[in-house]
Amino acid sequence: MIIVGAGPAGITAGVYAARKKLDSMVVSLDVGGQAAWSGDVENYTGYQFISGPELAQKFQEHILKYGNLLKENEDVVEVGKQGKLFRVSTDKAVYQARSVIVASGKKSRQLGVPGEKEFKNRGLTYCATCDGPLFSGKAVAVVGGGNSALDAAMQMTRIAKRVYMLNINNSLSGDEVMRQKVEGSGNVEIFNNAEVLSVSGGKFVSGIRIKQPAGERDLAVEGVFVEIGLVPNSSFVREVKKNGYGEIIVNARNETSVPGLFAAGDVTDVPEKQIIIAAGEGAKAALSAFRYLSVNRFSGNG
Amino acid sequence: MKNVKVYSTPTCPWCIRLKQFLLENNVAFENIDVSSDQAAGEEMMRKSGQMGVPVLDIDGQIIVGFDRGRIKDILGV
Repeated sequence: MIIVGAGPAGITAGVYAARKKLDSMVVSLDVGGQAAWSGDVENYTGYQFISGPELAQKFQEHILKYGNLLKENEDVVEVGKQGKLFRVSTDKAVYQARSVIVASGKKSRQLGVPGEKEFKNRGLTYCATCDGPLFSGKAVAVVGGGNSALDAAMQMTRIAKRVYMLNINNSLSGDEVMRQKVEGSGNVEIFNNAEVLSVSGGKFVSGIRIKQPAGERDLAVEGVFVEIGLVPNSSFVREVKKNGYGEIIVNARNETSVPGLFAAGDVTDVPEKQIIIAAGEGAKAALSAFRYLSVNRFSGNG
Repeated sequence: MKNVKVYSTPTCPWCIRLKQFLLENNVAFENIDVSSDQAAGEEMMRKSGQMGVPVLDIDGQIIVGFDRGRIKDILGV
């Protein structure tokens, strides 16, 4: 069995699969998924407080206890079924499995405007927590209006000279407490109904163009933090039913529309994207896959 | 012995993984925290031409991000 993704769902599925003595492997670009990018985690039972990177480290230690089951730094590009076997192709190799669990999570949504690709890591970033400190004393823009955007804005008010929040809706949508904190800090300016048109600069970002009902406007910024939500990493599985957001549709047993293909965590249509929910879903998917493999009693070459 | 510098911030997951990887392979390195040292941040930007962490400097060879394959090649581990 192959598990795609090593976030909370994938790692937990891997642990359960190992304990059921399934011949399994977790293939992933990184370990920890979005959990590794979270700041503080205070709602994962058993840990009153743990940082995202630390929790990711614990996940990794847990699965490695069962052997070298982790293939890191491999990007899965396609999962397809041929007869009773699945083919999992990565940027480095091709694997075969009788069952696959997709636990590939979500990634940052992109703006899709000119300058975004060119200036990525040249002033434009999707991780305020990582790159924020490099913008000390500078003017920056945070794009978005939800909690992650507020969180980024809050971090940047302490570091940057000036923070522009560019929100496409007519009011911020994040939690009231966060909103008040951001609105109350002296160096933030909030632009509602603001659509980003382009990011510009020379070697590094020097400005961002926005459109508001009143017209277009250029802001001089050296940093652009994109915090406009997430999209599921599901494009590498083509022949599976997905909802309008691209999330893989699963039932209560984590079964997808393809027999033998299971999915778990944030990549699925399960409501509430939480570390602990993803972990639980991963466990459930592994147990379902175990049942599928026992019932189908694969023999010989499958 | 190669001179290895890691430009990082304490909060970036790839920085943590990179440092772990170096430790596991017994590679001695100097960690430069660009979140508390602005001049170091500028030095990193000048060397790498970009603003993302981590950046690894191995005897003047610059690697952006945790590129395990290239790091292994250069360090011979």
